[in-house]
Amino acid sequence: MSFDSIGEFMTMGGHGFYVWLAYGATLLVLAANVLSLSFARRRYLRDAQALAKRQGGTEPAACDPIADPENSRGLG
Amino acid sequence: MKLKEWWHKMGSPRWFYQISGPWQVGCGILAAVLLTVGTIWGLAFAPEDYQQGNSFRIIYVHVPSAMLAQSAYMLMGAAGFVLLVWRMKLADMVLASVVPFGMSMTALALFTGAVWGKPTWGAWWVWDARTTSMLVLLFLYFGIYALRQAIPREEAAGRACAVLALVGTINIPIIKYSVDWWLTLHQPATFKVTEAPAMPPEMWLPLLLNVLGLYCLFGANLIGRLKLTILEREKNTSWVKQIVAGAAA
Amino acid sequence: MSGFTAQLRREWLLLVQHSEEALNPLVFLFLAISLFALATGGGPDVLRDTAPAIIWVLVLLANLLSLEALFRRDFEDGSLEQLLLKAEPAFLVLLAKVLVHWAMSGLAMTLLAPLAALILYLPSSALPTLMLGLFIGTPALSFIGAIGAALTVGLRRGGVLLALLVLPLYVPVLIFGAGAVSEQMAGIETTAQIYWLGVITMAALTLAPFGIHAALKVSLEQ
Repeated sequence: MSFDSIGEFMTMGGHGFYVWLAYGATLLVLAANVLSLSFARRRYLRDAQALAKRQGGTEPAACDPIADPENSRGLG
Repeated sequence: MKLKEWWHKMGSPRWFYQISGPWQVGCGILAAVLLTVGTIWGLAFAPEDYQQGNSFRIIYVHVPSAMLAQSAYMLMGAAGFVLLVWRMKLADMVLASVVPFGMSMTALALFTGAVWGKPTWGAWWVWDARTTSMLVLLFLYFGIYALRQAIPREEAAGRACAVLALVGTINIPIIKYSVDWWLTLHQPATFKVTEAPAMPPEMWLPLLLNVLGLYCLFGANLIGRLKLTILEREKNTSWVKQIVAGAAA
Repeated sequence: MSGFTAQLRREWLLLVQHSEEALNPLVFLFLAISLFALATGGGPDVLRDTAPAIIWVLVLLANLLSLEALFRRDFEDGSLEQLLLKAEPAFLVLLAKVLVHWAMSGLAMTLLAPLAALILYLPSSALPTLMLGLFIGTPALSFIGAIGAALTVGLRRGGVLLALLVLPLYVPVLIFGAGAVSEQMAGIETTAQIYWLGVITMAALTLAPFGIHAALKVSLEQ
């Protein structure tokens, strides 16, 4: 440990503002990259499922009634 | 023979989607571990620089993002080459998926550089060689982004970006060289922050961990974006519909 | 080779037909130079020190303005498609097009450089370096810029986009070109910069036609 106390760690020998600003920005950018991907994936899956459900509802002929409904909706 | 087969398979988005899951998870876990250890080590345990004091700790976020920004552009150039020569679908998707991460890393490198520059040089912005090349790189990223937005047809947009990324990749070394050459001429005694002559291991080891960690994070993020792009572009195929239906449960 | 000369003649005739259009970028160059003089108050010291930068930056921008028209007409009347289809080596046809473009932008600006130097009080000792740099460096601008023009020719509002794509790629030419003139004024040897401009132009001359060709194919498909 190169610091003696938490207070010293926070002030970074007078450079605290710069160090924490840089680390904060990095954390923000990395988190934004990770989160935006997971949000986009969730949104895509939700939209695609809604679409599949609508198509499954209006075009029952496209489904294979013998196969299980989960799969027939997927293939239809 | 084996290699050719593998190359062929790489062209299939479905195959990539199916095998890449473990890679994404692996890269993600590795990234979390490396970045956590590297950052805590760098922030709290690495010794302070005798000249710059603690502001030197910004190196642990600045250098990895700057390295990644350049590697990501090079990757786009490589993907552009593969797309133009072999018309591989996956290369087009790589080209599209790299942009957000690469562009944000370039901006981040510029920002952390400015924040580091203030206590070190006394100014937020200095026209030194690295900063200037990084700024030009940001403009190159903007160009790719804007071109893709401007062309409505996806396939054409991908190949146009491939041409641009390839031209940019050939240009980057020339830009770097010209900027280096010009600015060192004007400021012969520039204080080179990242070229500390003999960094002790307890200083550069955390840097190495963070660099590797950020590359892993980039890998995981890229795979995730690729998978999402595959789902979007192949949404009318039956295997994607099955995956969508399976995710409902 | 006959395809090359035929193309060269065709481009030249087109240029003569639309000469007023081709003159506009040159007028822009001098208009913008005057704006700089007006904005800085016309003081000889300020203008002399910044003259290399002003001239080179404005040459870049004037070049950019002339690029938009490079493929536009041929693209709209469909002759570009035919040209690429029937031309045996498309390389030569594109080379001819870009060379004629350069004659009306880079070469013309090189010949007009003494006038620009005069009104910006550039010392006459630096004039040979300025003209040599422009002569050797501007072909690279036309070749690199043509790739951008080819990429954006099919887009309705390609103007600003073209600037965004091409200007970052112009950075090395600008640095070596303007750098050579300022250093000449400071009494420093400038052969290295001129050689570098030559290297960039040769590289652009050999590589850019492939890029232009690929970019035109993309634009024609959409």
